[in-house]
Amino acid sequence: MADQTRIAIDRLNLHFGSNHVLRDISFDIPSNAVTAIMGPSGCGKSTLLRTINRMNDLILSTRISGRILVDGQDIYGPGIDVIELRKRVGMVFQKPNPFPKSIFENVAFGLRIHRLGNQHEVRRRVEEALRRANLWDEVKDRLQESAFSLSGGQQQRLCLARAIAVDPEIVLLDEPASALDPHSTTRLEELIVQLKRDYTIVIVTHNMQQAARVSDHCAFLMLGELAEWGRTDQVFTKPKDKRTEDFLTGKFG
Amino acid sequence: MSRSDATAGEGRIRRARFGSNVGFVFLAIPLALFVGFILLMFGWLLQNGGGVLSWEFLTSPPLKGMTEGGIWPCIVGTLLVTFVSLVFSVPVGICSGIYLSEYAPDNIVTRLIRSSVRSLAGIPSIVYGLFGVALFVNAFRFGMSVLASGMTLGLMNLPWIIATCEEAVSAIPSSFREGALALGSTKWEAIRRNVLPHAFPGILTGVLLALARTMGETAPILFTGVTYYTRQLPTSLLHKFMALPYHLFTLATQHDQVAKVRPIAFGTALVLLALVLAFDAIAFAIRLRITRTNTWQV
Repeated sequence: MADQTRIAIDRLNLHFGSNHVLRDISFDIPSNAVTAIMGPSGCGKSTLLRTINRMNDLILSTRISGRILVDGQDIYGPGIDVIELRKRVGMVFQKPNPFPKSIFENVAFGLRIHRLGNQHEVRRRVEEALRRANLWDEVKDRLQESAFSLSGGQQQRLCLARAIAVDPEIVLLDEPASALDPHSTTRLEELIVQLKRDYTIVIVTHNMQQAARVSDHCAFLMLGELAEWGRTDQVFTKPKDKRTEDFLTGKFG
Repeated sequence: MSRSDATAGEGRIRRARFGSNVGFVFLAIPLALFVGFILLMFGWLLQNGGGVLSWEFLTSPPLKGMTEGGIWPCIVGTLLVTFVSLVFSVPVGICSGIYLSEYAPDNIVTRLIRSSVRSLAGIPSIVYGLFGVALFVNAFRFGMSVLASGMTLGLMNLPWIIATCEEAVSAIPSSFREGALALGSTKWEAIRRNVLPHAFPGILTGVLLALARTMGETAPILFTGVTYYTRQLPTSLLHKFMALPYHLFTLATQHDQVAKVRPIAFGTALVLLALVLAFDAIAFAIRLRITRTNTWQV
């Protein structure tokens, strides 16, 4: 069970037009663990994350080579249904993006488009998702209120609940705490650590302390190249790459 | 900071405050003039045409060579031809607007189409009128009719509806689309569930404004279907019809007793203006409501 590979990234190259954004990246993301993708701004970490649920497909000038295997299957190979892939790989964005609907309908959104369950089943799964996102107790009496009435931290946990309601295997988090205050950040980090029991989690962060707190494995990205990857405790205590060491000791970043 | 600096600072603030007041006055005066002018026009219309307004005037046909009676056939004709124009332009316009905003790739062709739409919206309506004669009256053999006029007006409407619809759809934050796509929705599901419901008030406003504009147009219907006088209300789309703006034109310039029918002309103008304003007011009310309820637009 431990260190079983869930996602294998294999010689991945990505261009936006003439811009070579990701260069020959290969590393493995283990199952039921938190993997952090770190690096300075503009190094391509969000782009790398978005290759895993093929959100970069929305940008027309994207060219990709190499493979990403999820459970052994190349998600850029022929016969892959992107809709099905995105159901299996959930995502939470950098800025909380609740839909302009009620709290309940936000979480039910994915269930409705995938027609998962009848009215009763939807209610049950919405409650379960909200409980898992540690939000149920705060919103159970106001499920019909607008999602915009929630605080930033609550909105981000709502987005997490919305993502896990459709029962994905993998959850991608794109700097989920960057718009949150310290208290909300702490709550979200605790939640992430809790959730790795059920999901494989990949989190992008430019905050090294956060990566150290929540992740089991980490990958360090510099200018589109993978400088180093491995167990978080090893990368943080004995970095093998000079660039990682400079970043960790605060020489730049 | 020395004392001279402080006085210099005070002087600067005083000058800036004076400049700001001057700016305010210069911006407020034209607005006041404009509003005053509109009120003046209204008052003038009311004074000259208010006298003929009655239930009778609204619901009876012109009588005795248009020197008596009302404008009922013109109201019916205007509403009918406007409705026909919308039947053609609204579905096509909304679909085109959504396509341009959501599906069209950003390349030279779509950029050309987009700027063509904008330019078409600025073409004088008489040009649409002539085009309508060539295409609908002659080539399609609709003759001078409600259908030919309606389609000509629809053609004129179309660029407006496309442009406002595209703007309403583009104004919806991309995070609503991305969020839905990331949950595994198809592109159409994301648009239908997360974009269109929120763009709807904006689209409706655009349609209502186009409608208000259409009702007042004279040139496009002039050669394509409107008539000076007809005894009957149009019962077929291939009949000719009477319309408010053309009736006004007739009474004001073509009638042999222009002075005698002047009050009726003013009354016609008032009714036309009231109809146009009513639809504008509905559009305004909807816009007001969205800006109040669009909580995502912070």
